[in-house]
Amino acid sequence: MSISEQSVGIVSAQRADFKLAIELTSGATLPSYSLTFETYGELNAQRSNAVLICHALSGHHHVAGRYLPEDKSAGWWDNMVGPGKPIDTRRFFVVGVNNLGGCHGSTGPSSINPETGKPWGAAFPLMTVPDWVKSQARLADRLGIERWAAVIGGSLGGMQALQWSIDFPDRVAHALVIASAPKLSAQNIAFNDVARQAILTDPEYHDGHFYAHGAVPRRGLRLARMLGHITYLSDDGMGAKFGRMLRSGEFKYGFDVEFEIESYLRYQGDKFSDQFDANTYLLMTKALDYFDPARPFGDDLTAALSRAQAGFLVASFTSDWRFSPLRSRELVKALVAADKAVSYGEIESRHGHDAFLMLDPPYVNLMRSYLERVAEEVAA
Amino acid sequence: MSTALREDLKLIAEWVPAGASVLDLGCGDGTLLAWLQHSKSVRGYGVEIDIDKVVRCVGRGVNAIQGDLESGLCDFSNQRFDMVVLSQTIQAVRHTEAILLEMLRVGREAIVTFPNFGFWQNRWQIFRGRMPVSETIPFQWYDTPNIHWCMLGDFEALCAKNGIEVRERVVMNQDRRVDFLPNLRGSLAFYRVGLRQ
Repeated sequence: MSISEQSVGIVSAQRADFKLAIELTSGATLPSYSLTFETYGELNAQRSNAVLICHALSGHHHVAGRYLPEDKSAGWWDNMVGPGKPIDTRRFFVVGVNNLGGCHGSTGPSSINPETGKPWGAAFPLMTVPDWVKSQARLADRLGIERWAAVIGGSLGGMQALQWSIDFPDRVAHALVIASAPKLSAQNIAFNDVARQAILTDPEYHDGHFYAHGAVPRRGLRLARMLGHITYLSDDGMGAKFGRMLRSGEFKYGFDVEFEIESYLRYQGDKFSDQFDANTYLLMTKALDYFDPARPFGDDLTAALSRAQAGFLVASFTSDWRFSPLRSRELVKALVAADKAVSYGEIESRHGHDAFLMLDPPYVNLMRSYLERVAEEVAA
Repeated sequence: MSTALREDLKLIAEWVPAGASVLDLGCGDGTLLAWLQHSKSVRGYGVEIDIDKVVRCVGRGVNAIQGDLESGLCDFSNQRFDMVVLSQTIQAVRHTEAILLEMLRVGREAIVTFPNFGFWQNRWQIFRGRMPVSETIPFQWYDTPNIHWCMLGDFEALCAKNGIEVRERVVMNQDRRVDFLPNLRGSLAFYRVGLRQ
């Protein structure tokens, strides 16, 4: 079957406006907000086949398909979402949403603050994973979805799936938590802070109000992305792809791009800094750092999960050192202790953290197998 | 769900009380757990090292956790399960004694089954100068995963040494129970064990 046959095809984004204020974990309140989202497939008559895809740090609502036939790339999880794919749009009604604080259409730091008539900038309140889940629940209400057949996410997205199962136990039938963690380690927070410092110390950042200066802290964003990118790959995978390959075949004895890996990272950094909002990047990394569902339960993850009613699929990847298998096993351990239905796969992969976006066959098989059960269960 | 369960699994299933919480170590494709869930309302988890088998478990609605028994059962808390099963695997693990103790740490009772090395056909092959190869030991000596062979008496001595009591024992040969000279006539041994109170 060719790629095009398996695609959801041409899609378009939608927007939901919420006039109802949302109180945030930080104590701040957003008086109103919008969420940009996309849907694929059909909601069945019982409204039982809806699947929510939660995005990671740099993701968004455009999960699958293309806006125009000539679009160079499809949605960020097009290899997993589509007709006949593991998240099968012939059976499921799939919803992708851009999180609050994002920079792809939902209300965020680059949106206009109604009180000032100017972009929010750094004044935009910081978000937490529970805040996102709350806002996504309102979107679910709007779409008439009482209970998700599954909430699925990788990395920061997996944290949202986990939070959903705790905050709205009766609204999640299954949570798929991939390449994620029940909370970040010190090392992981440290990487995030270096990325933030790159942005915060860029002279073009202007304390977060760079929009007013017609500036973009491109250098900071670029560095942040380059650093992040290194941590998303494995030494092994990077070695296999780039090794010590030189662009010109010989040393130039200077600081220009010489090794292929330098070229690759710079390209990724440049591409990212052209598209992504610096304030959103800061906000997303803070949401990662703050995530700790056990905290309100006396640091007892088992107690936090005891209210969950969902079935869980947890998956990790052997070469992922940013969200290592050990962190997923912590989660599995707590789920077993809380007597929850859980399966766990530790996928052999050299793709590092990025593996959750790749198609290592055991990973695809695991997702397909689990989601086929889910589809049968909800009569999709 | 098919009701035809392999004879050896059927015997294990008999020993698992209805409604029990079960941990099946080396659960394979989840056949036993799927049957127990369906027929005895058991709640359980399987531990399996092979991802393809984990995928098959997931496909039949069995909770499977990918992991290596050799690294212990630290993901499970004390006395978490009513029954822990280790079916035809104990002869292939490196830390045999540790795993046996771990099983009775996380579970109130354990079921252990293994091919009986003392079975007369094995003895006969050794007598004729070769390592045994049979239905229950289908490997050549050079590619066998089995590294810790034992007979009934050996296993029982290991239990006694660790304060483990044998609560039930069945020895089988070709789907038939063997009561007379079991260590000679039985090819597969089944034990239900627990810590001596």
